[in-house]
Amino acid sequence: MVVIETENLVKKFNGVAAVDGLSMQIHEGQITGLLGPNGAGKTTTIQMLLDLITPTSGAIKIFGKDMKHHREEILGRINFSSPYVALPGNLKVWENLATFARLYGVKDIKKKINDLADFFEIRNLLPKMTSSLSTGQLTRLNLTKALLNDPELLLLDEPTSSLDPDIADKTRLMLKRIQKERKVSILYTSHNMEEVEELCERVIFISNGKLKDDGTPAELVKKYGHKDLNDVFLSIARDPENNKKT
Amino acid sequence: MKLHRIQALLMRHLYLYQRSFPRIMDILYWPVMELLLWGFISMYVGKLNVGGFNVVTVLLGAVIFWDLLSQSQRSVSVAFLEDVWERNFLNIFVTPLRISEFLTSAVILAFVRILMTGVVMGVLAALFYKFNIFIFGFYLVPFMLNLLVFGSTLGFFTTAIILRYGTSAQVLAFGFLFLLQPFSAVFYPVSVLPSFVQPIAYALPSTYVFEGMRSVITTGVFPIRDFALSIVTNVIFLVLVLWYFYRMFAIVKVKGRLMKLD
Repeated sequence: MVVIETENLVKKFNGVAAVDGLSMQIHEGQITGLLGPNGAGKTTTIQMLLDLITPTSGAIKIFGKDMKHHREEILGRINFSSPYVALPGNLKVWENLATFARLYGVKDIKKKINDLADFFEIRNLLPKMTSSLSTGQLTRLNLTKALLNDPELLLLDEPTSSLDPDIADKTRLMLKRIQKERKVSILYTSHNMEEVEELCERVIFISNGKLKDDGTPAELVKKYGHKDLNDVFLSIARDPENNKKT
Repeated sequence: MKLHRIQALLMRHLYLYQRSFPRIMDILYWPVMELLLWGFISMYVGKLNVGGFNVVTVLLGAVIFWDLLSQSQRSVSVAFLEDVWERNFLNIFVTPLRISEFLTSAVILAFVRILMTGVVMGVLAALFYKFNIFIFGFYLVPFMLNLLVFGSTLGFFTTAIILRYGTSAQVLAFGFLFLLQPFSAVFYPVSVLPSFVQPIAYALPSTYVFEGMRSVITTGVFPIRDFALSIVTNVIFLVLVLWYFYRMFAIVKVKGRLMKLD
């Protein structure tokens, strides 16, 4: 089943296309990497999927429904996490989570928060001020927030950036566990190609707002004749028009 | 609208108030200072025995009502700015939250704040100046509701401008209301204003509240006509400002500025 479908999606800012006719599908239960160099249109695409930016033209369907007419239902079934989007530092961890649990209409807020806090090992942080948390702790808090509504689809924007290798590895293990245990579909952006090869069952490359390629990491490495996904990324980023190895 | 989402935003602000001395000061400090200042001025003017009516009551009534209006406007604007300052705007708008729920929670917060301000100022005015806020009796409620609605409407307006033009416009959250003060006939009747300014005064709902307040104090009569006009002008302002707010929100989404409110 397709959870996200975009059709000829275009977003222009002052006449310049950030996303330029992007058509893609994200399948249920998979971790899909949305890759591309800086300025490729990844963040704009994700923000359009979250209804934070209005597309210039084209269509977005999530769970087979049009975002324009089913925004409330769709946003209730998905969630988002990014290290670049902080939760209010002037609230306690518990207060932040309780606020978002209420926004999502969670029934037993205390139990839900405690269960997730145990899963992400942040129970001891619940009474602390959010501003006092380390980067790794904030990442786990963001992921806890992202699971409060038992989402069927998670949009994760570079969740391991700015984490040390140890915490980044633990975060990846958690994401694998979430996907396996909860059957969540995940759309994942990252600039760490090793991580993408480890986590993602499928990757979508975009460049200059256009779809460049789509397949499993192994398929793409083979198709481009490179030794790994990092080289595929480099060739697409440096020569988006003619990127196959000669 | 879903109550749990309105409650979520309300609780998010109340969590802050319960341990933030500066926020509590914002509700109490300025109103109390103004009350003291104007209280003493009123007592002095009262001793001059001008006007043939109770100057202390009229001026203190005006100060208290003005602060209720001011609290209401500032509360709505600052509730929005809290999320901008904490860069939390994206987090709350990727939830199913509707704009109407966002605005409703801000109005309820404003109501809580004007209730607190009203109680504190009422008690202090009674203690220091023997001013009885219940002189307005039942009419206190429609006066307060009108000020709450108009203050919230102005809060939505300043919020829409900040949303559209960024936080460089945030000074409006604290200063915009003072633009309207001279025209609202807060401390003097509309008849004092030059004739070419009077139409502006009569376009503002606040003018009718302050005129009505003076009427209750000086004649004991509740001016039904003024009250009706305050409701009509309030509704017109509210509809226009809500349209403007939704329009600005849509433009911001088109321009992709929702993430970049700085």
